Amino acid sequence: MTETKSAATPVEAWITGIGIATSLGEGPDANWDALLQRRINVDEKGFAPYIVHPLAPLTFDAQIPKKGDQRQMEAWQRIGTYAAGLALDSAGVKGNKDILSRMDMIVAAGGGERDLNVDSAILSSADHGASPPSLLNERLMNDLRPTLFLAQLSNLLAGNIAIVHGVTGSSRTFMGEEEAGVDAARIALARIAAGQSDIALIGAAHNGERKDMLMLYEFGDFNLKDKHAPVWAREQHSGFALGSAGVFLVIESKAHAQARGAKPYARLSNVVADQVRRKRPGEVTASLDNLWSKLGKLDSGAIITGATGAEPATSEERAFLGKHREFPVRATGTAFGHNVETQFPLGIGLAALAIARGSLFPPNDSSGLEIEMSGAPTQIVVIGAGHWRGEGMALVEAIT
Amino acid sequence: MTATRDKFGRPIVVVTGMGVVTSLGAGKSDNWTKLCAGESGIRTITRFPTDGLKTTMAGTVDFLPTRPTSSTDLAERLADLATEEAVTQAGIGSKGDFPGPLFLAVAPVEVEWPQRQELARATGANSDINYDTLLRVCGGGNFTAYHRRFQFGSVADHLVDTFGTKGSPISLSTACASGATAIQLGVEAIRRGEADAALCVATDGSVNPEALIRFSLLSALSTHNDPPQAAVRPFAKNRDGFVMAEGAGALVLESYEAATARGAEILGIVAGCGELADSFHRTRSSPDGKPIVGCVRNALSDAGITSDQIDYINAHGTGTPENDKMEYLGISTVFGERAKQIPVSSNKSMVGHTLSAAGAVEAVFSLLTLEHQRIPPTINYDVPDPAIPFDVVPNKARDAKVTAVMSNSFGFGGQNASLILTLEPV
Repeated sequence: MTETKSAATPVEAWITGIGIATSLGEGPDANWDALLQRRINVDEKGFAPYIVHPLAPLTFDAQIPKKGDQRQMEAWQRIGTYAAGLALDSAGVKGNKDILSRMDMIVAAGGGERDLNVDSAILSSADHGASPPSLLNERLMNDLRPTLFLAQLSNLLAGNIAIVHGVTGSSRTFMGEEEAGVDAARIALARIAAGQSDIALIGAAHNGERKDMLMLYEFGDFNLKDKHAPVWAREQHSGFALGSAGVFLVIESKAHAQARGAKPYARLSNVVADQVRRKRPGEVTASLDNLWSKLGKLDSGAIITGATGAEPATSEERAFLGKHREFPVRATGTAFGHNVETQFPLGIGLAALAIARGSLFPPNDSSGLEIEMSGAPTQIVVIGAGHWRGEGMALVEAIT
Repeated sequence: MTATRDKFGRPIVVVTGMGVVTSLGAGKSDNWTKLCAGESGIRTITRFPTDGLKTTMAGTVDFLPTRPTSSTDLAERLADLATEEAVTQAGIGSKGDFPGPLFLAVAPVEVEWPQRQELARATGANSDINYDTLLRVCGGGNFTAYHRRFQFGSVADHLVDTFGTKGSPISLSTACASGATAIQLGVEAIRRGEADAALCVATDGSVNPEALIRFSLLSALSTHNDPPQAAVRPFAKNRDGFVMAEGAGALVLESYEAATARGAEILGIVAGCGELADSFHRTRSSPDGKPIVGCVRNALSDAGITSDQIDYINAHGTGTPENDKMEYLGISTVFGERAKQIPVSSNKSMVGHTLSAAGAVEAVFSLLTLEHQRIPPTINYDVPDPAIPFDVVPNKARDAKVTAVMSNSFGFGGQNASLILTLEPV
């Protein structure tokens, strides 16, 4: 979008829409209630020995009315397009063509599902599909569904959101695992703060019920196996259980929100990120220390972290958290699993809900690291340290 | 100090370093010579068997000393080459210490067939192989390198390590507009005052059997296999699709103020960026052309100029029946009668469609056009399409006075992005 103004002082940005669909349910209420009840939805059998958090049943028709659109998407795109619709509803801009046509969109995405049956059939054929040379070509030409490619392309989640919901101001897809989710929020906020954008839809979607995805993380021995445990209780069996979730947020300038009478959940005050080399012990801790110092003035509040359970990143983050014991901590990975690109938007969404509802959800941790919080949080720091690379933080604050 | 800011009061963004690799060769010099000679880099594929495929040619980069093991591996090496050239030309920072962020356009990443087949062999089974069988051999440290390789952030991670860019690198995809988006993100960061310099890189090494077949199944590719050099026919009546190609482009962007302060040679200005998404269809443009029109207008308005001031259009020009028709509709709607006079050429007629890299590769070529005051041709233009009365600079390069170039990129998923590149601040 064209910059019509140059912001001498940063423009304040509000979170005015939250769309959330996870393994615990759909919408803020269902997810909040589950958190209050310390409910966790895991499948320990279907992908054994791996543990995944299956998506709660959704009525996709409610946000993706055309069956034809649903058929053009794989699960991760359906989850994301659904959650994006929830966010637009929540912000009160669904169907508002004037706003949607200038709404900026940043989606954090990985890639889509493969056709496991096609892959398996090819690998089961003579010489694992490697010979004769023409066999692979022939099978792929005959067996791949033409539209599958579009369900796999990273930028087609954004494409589907444009088609289904009409968000067309701009469309950018960031990739790169956990940090893509951090940077989606960071760039959207930076653009709003600088007057380069008035309103943005940001978010991501992840489908954990995918063996091709388990394979990628199994290469690095990152999958949680056999039995679910809270994120902080995995030192002996490190790793993460992949989650299934779509989370989208509407972020807009205060003036834009006020002009249309939108009610904010919270202010997105800052998002910072870095990517240290992680070649020596302590680098993640030091990176988080550095990001913390850049967030702004922190009086008291809480921390919502996307700590993965993967090592050594989680232990290094624990060392950082140990320096801020006055901030009650909640790890979203325990209840929601690890949703990679989606974990950071999820953290921001829960932080905004906690602020809007005037309380933090209760601890869910047998290790004792998470402690009760009394009173209403006015500042919540969201942390996103990637399982392998990337560190990010956001500051979400009450609007006073 | 007003000279360092544009008419909107934003820092002027300049280019101080450029690098490029395509099927024509490595480096600006080799590429420019061949582009202006009207040479094609499209060749018959030898990297893998093409038995049974409808399309058997591509703009592959086959001149690297060792064979890549995956598309992502090749993309990384191409990005290395282009970035090294750009950073060296800019003479910025010191080796391994680039003073700004990285914005990287890169294709989506996934485990590919050679790796999948290697895993299948590792299972020891000959039949009944499925993902459960594969999963049993994936862990235990035997394939750790594949976790590192097939992270979506892996190419950016490597570039950060090699060139020492600062902060969190952004890997992005806006399909075939990705290269332009990487540049746009760099421009925005400098305009915000977040950075004095940004490294914008776009790379693609996607010519593998499955990627080729995916595009083929969407009927997007040319099947003019023989001779391969004549396959890409942008704007010609007998065009029948695009040709996949590999390559990378890299640009060092700086604020005008920072560049002049350190005495850097200024190669050109990124005066404006425009984008607009299309909600019509996953692979087709809205028939009314409005999103393309809006995108082009956004770029002009972002640069603060009118269409009259553009004197060359570096077209998206893929050579698909649909794209070229829609591009004409979009350009003619904005440029009016001038659409028939202004030179509009397609680099893709020679290098093929470098997909995620195209926006940056073509930005480099656009800046070289400004530098040399010479417009590369659209080759294979023997049968004009009366429905597209562009001056496509047919078949032969042309000297021309060029002060402002528009470079267009459009992609699947309704992605549209346009850049305005100029010799002097506007």
